[in-house]
Amino acid sequence: MPQPLLEIRDTTKIYRGGFLRPGQQLVALQNFNLTIPEKPATITAIAGESGSGKTTLANLILGFISPTSGEILYRGQNILTMSMRQKLEYARQVQAVFQDPYAVYNPFYRVKHIFDLVIKNFKLAPSKQAARDLIEEALKMVGMRGEEVLEKYPHQLSGGQRQRMMVARAYLLKPRLIVADEPVSMVDASLRAMILDIMLRLRDQQNISFLYITHDLSTAYQVCDDIYILYQGSIAEKGDTVRVIENPKHPYVQLLIESVPVPDPNQKWNTDVNLPSEEELRSQVDTGCRFYPRCPYHMDRCLVKQPPLYEIDSGTHRAACYLYDQPPAEAQSGGMEQQEESRAG
Amino acid sequence: MTVTLNGMNTDRKTTSNATVLEVKNLRVHYATPLGDVIAVNGVDLKVFEGETIGLVGESGCGKSTLAMSILRLVQPPGRIVSGQIQIHGIDLIALSERELRQVRWNQIALIPQGAMNSLNPVMRVKGQIAEAIETHQVQRSPQELKERILRLLAMVGLPGRVYDMYPHELSGGMKQRVCIAMAIALTPSVIIADEPTSALDVVVQRVVAQTLLDVKRTLGVSMILIGHDMGLMAQLVDRIAVMYAGNIVEIAPVKDIFAEPLHPYTQLLLASIPSVKERKPLVVTEGLTHDLRRPPPGCIFQLRCPFVMDKCREVVPPLRELRPNHYAACHLY
Repeated sequence: MPQPLLEIRDTTKIYRGGFLRPGQQLVALQNFNLTIPEKPATITAIAGESGSGKTTLANLILGFISPTSGEILYRGQNILTMSMRQKLEYARQVQAVFQDPYAVYNPFYRVKHIFDLVIKNFKLAPSKQAARDLIEEALKMVGMRGEEVLEKYPHQLSGGQRQRMMVARAYLLKPRLIVADEPVSMVDASLRAMILDIMLRLRDQQNISFLYITHDLSTAYQVCDDIYILYQGSIAEKGDTVRVIENPKHPYVQLLIESVPVPDPNQKWNTDVNLPSEEELRSQVDTGCRFYPRCPYHMDRCLVKQPPLYEIDSGTHRAACYLYDQPPAEAQSGGMEQQEESRAG
Repeated sequence: MTVTLNGMNTDRKTTSNATVLEVKNLRVHYATPLGDVIAVNGVDLKVFEGETIGLVGESGCGKSTLAMSILRLVQPPGRIVSGQIQIHGIDLIALSERELRQVRWNQIALIPQGAMNSLNPVMRVKGQIAEAIETHQVQRSPQELKERILRLLAMVGLPGRVYDMYPHELSGGMKQRVCIAMAIALTPSVIIADEPTSALDVVVQRVVAQTLLDVKRTLGVSMILIGHDMGLMAQLVDRIAVMYAGNIVEIAPVKDIFAEPLHPYTQLLLASIPSVKERKPLVVTEGLTHDLRRPPPGCIFQLRCPFVMDKCREVVPPLRELRPNHYAACHLY
């Protein structure tokens, strides 16, 4: 088995202290596992709502915070035990694009400043002309020309343009992996396709893999190869994006997909859905499945222990739900019936 | 406490209903050192009783400016240059500030963009809703005010204890529903909701959207829903008005616009919506391409239109009824 590009092993992150009352803790991510292969380049979606742990995951991968337990391996090397030189190389190979196209720019500098800094810090070019050539190449990749944009100030560009520049900046370092944390959610809906298109091109033409972190299943469905759907720190379902979204198994994922407004006035939301008004408050369930309070199919065993990821098919599709606690050939579709408790939980 | 919704959005014959709000030839400019930016370029719009009309368009098309203008909340350097805005026949532009205050919130309420982040962090929910009520209407007694607020909270599906809470104790969806409660407090005829769900997660968005529908049905208010999420529009509105660079380019019942978008810009907009039902190639489109200070002569969309003709560069296409109740501004027809 070839060594993966990125491997996250059984990683947990618990927040304590700070403004939390003494003794109180927040389990942001629990026993999380993820693998991104060295090749081919893929776009993997990490999808979830507020509180799902997806931003924590991004911060862990980028090294902004350390895990409470577990390991994060980049090409086999634990990022916590890397030497300074390895860390620099890691920073070069794993880049990020963040959500807010306003916040990442220093408003006092012209936008070319973001490129100048990178070139200087990573010593990418021996001369001004070489630097300029590199920048032009990166801008071309995102459909912009240097003479049109470099001398402008951030407020003179649109959100979409600023975000594209951020992708260009990440690309400048020829990374292997770009962690994109909600890259299009603050960009106008009509301009999102442009940025997603750039991601696809970078994947296909430059072999750059992406971790696309989002709460928007529609865009994830359009561009991602694989998807992990998180619920309050654990993976609810994962697998091939098309399979998971077209045939969701976990009750939470089914609810999520049902709630995406379909752009067809003839397909209105199912208006008989019961929507608990407490749903935004974080689940008080400490052991067992976090989705229990909201789950229409919950069973007693769901409270005892967090369900493991069961196989849904012979591929990579898995769902963490006791409804699927049996071989795929016998599994019920849609989870409509309660299972006989033939095995211990 | 759970919120359930019975019944669905029915397709109304909008032409037979009374007009509640009418905007005529509205022009709004923003002054800049290099000339006026034309934000709203002669817009005509009618809102009928009980309907929800969606206003869609990309950033910079003027939809928020239009909303603010209706309530005369446009601040300098923006100004209303010309046009009429009438609610129940009263011309809003002619009113004094004091008279306007009677109209605002009583007749027209606004849920501005990012409303939930604009709640006063040092005031409890009860105080903020009370303030909204008392600014525009004299109250008879504190007890009556309290009961009224509790009823409002119930109407938006919030538990009674929210009354005493601070905004930071609430989630995004709950805060947004507090904003909706504030907007319906004086049972206005028209509510303008500017991107009411844009910062919310999918499931929460659905809850808030259903709250809006609930509220609309119970109170019979008309609503102008501003946004760029066509999926949400398809679920919530009766008619859609498409805006581009300060002009309304198409307006029609929601089913008709989705079934047969007439204006090339609407076609582009619909083609670029990602959905979870169908994986299709991305349609990449640029944003606004012309300088809003100097719109090109003729059709406003000429620089991006795949079907542009010579006539488009000279003559402004009028908004005409091309199908029953379906208007578009395009020389193709």
